[in-house]
Amino acid sequence: MNMIIIGAGECGTRAAFALREAGFSGAVTLIGAEHGLPYERPPLSKPDGDGVQRKTICDQAALEGAGIAYMPGTTIAAIDPALRIVRLADRELPYDKLLIATGAQPRRLTCPGAEHALDFRSHADAARVFAGATGPVAIIGAGLIGMELAAVLRARGLPVTVIELGPAPLGRAVPPRFAARLHQRHETEGVRFHFGQAIAGIDAAGVTLADGTHIPATLTVSAIGVVPDLGLASLAGLAVGNGILINARLQTSDPHIFAAGDCAAIAGQRYETWRNARDQAQIAALNMLGQAQDFAALPWFWSDQYDLGLQVVGTPQDAPILRSHPDGTEIEFHLQGDRLIAAAGLGRGNAVARDIKLAEMLIAGGQSVDAASLADPSVGLKSLLKARKAA
Amino acid sequence: MRDTVNWVTACHLDDIEQEGAIRFDHAGRTYAIYRAPDDSVYCTAGLCTHEAIHLADGLVMDYEVECPKHSGAFDYRTGEALRLPACANLKTYAVEVVQGEVRVAL
Repeated sequence: MNMIIIGAGECGTRAAFALREAGFSGAVTLIGAEHGLPYERPPLSKPDGDGVQRKTICDQAALEGAGIAYMPGTTIAAIDPALRIVRLADRELPYDKLLIATGAQPRRLTCPGAEHALDFRSHADAARVFAGATGPVAIIGAGLIGMELAAVLRARGLPVTVIELGPAPLGRAVPPRFAARLHQRHETEGVRFHFGQAIAGIDAAGVTLADGTHIPATLTVSAIGVVPDLGLASLAGLAVGNGILINARLQTSDPHIFAAGDCAAIAGQRYETWRNARDQAQIAALNMLGQAQDFAALPWFWSDQYDLGLQVVGTPQDAPILRSHPDGTEIEFHLQGDRLIAAAGLGRGNAVARDIKLAEMLIAGGQSVDAASLADPSVGLKSLLKARKAA
Repeated sequence: MRDTVNWVTACHLDDIEQEGAIRFDHAGRTYAIYRAPDDSVYCTAGLCTHEAIHLADGLVMDYEVECPKHSGAFDYRTGEALRLPACANLKTYAVEVVQGEVRVAL
């Protein structure tokens, strides 16, 4: 049996190890487009004194110890689903089961001078951005990446301007209350914002907005989201839409080919998070081995900006219940009927981590929770969980 | 270098929630001190072995602490890494509780 994994990011690498952890003894080949060992992306936006961290997911010895044939810096010409072959420039690799974990690429700006804006996705991107961040910086896009980057660069004392087409920052995934608090914090730290503004053009001197405003910047970063990497899947004739379309078993339209992580869409939904990359990798690996595991999505992510830590689990809805701690930590609970379906929290450091983890357990447990108890910071969430277990 | 054990008073037992943990900083290093459901007390290195995250911010359930960032988990009695992405074990330190005072052998 030959298992091939295309994409050596968090998802593909986890899947390779998960195959071994599940007892698979055949051949495992992990093919990556980038050079070097697989690395974690979250630390890229948190440079230390020596520059951008390259925190590897595993070392060479771990790959060898697990018997994973790792092929970095490798471009794939095509997948042939009929012959079950992956074609490289100089040879062909047969597979029994294939996992596509090609991730996503930064969405590109289309305005004049777009080539002056740097992306922020890979280690090489991050190294370029931090090496070039010596003067005023313009960040296009007020999503999580744009806002995290603004916080890091501001903390280095650089003038930072964030430009966003929408009316407010963090519009997509963060509850409005916390988006507003984070926005306020950035304002307090001295970040300048321009909302509702399209870009007229970018050049080496900065960014010109649609209304003619010129923002001087010696470095411009584009952080307007990502598009899934669908090239190989499309070429192979697999069904694609907003991602490579997969069923609950993470199978594509070809039963021998699976997809997982940022590139994969399940019920029309892509989950672009570190946790999801690992969770889907695990399920995909087991199903490649013939198990029948369904993926149950419970999205979870975090974001650090200045000394504030945000965590979100589930998909927040309107009209949450608020729990306010005296130290300023806030947790929002989102109910459907009397069942918890999502929670979000913002506080210093990792202050919300425990409560969000407990909320995740309450969501997974799926039983009724009392709204008044959720709102009361003196009622420990752990006691709700234990009361339920005892009931 | 002498290898004598240095007993340091870290906190009072009541400072730690039952089935909880607190961070303890001493001599430029950071530790986590745990109070188990049975009120026994344990001490480990304070930072997760996967990334330098303070474990005392994580959830303590039974004899397990979970990293607040990446959900790696450890048995805080032995320091054993129980769940990925944590793979390296935590260093542990002997603890004694004398009249409610928690002392750690550092």
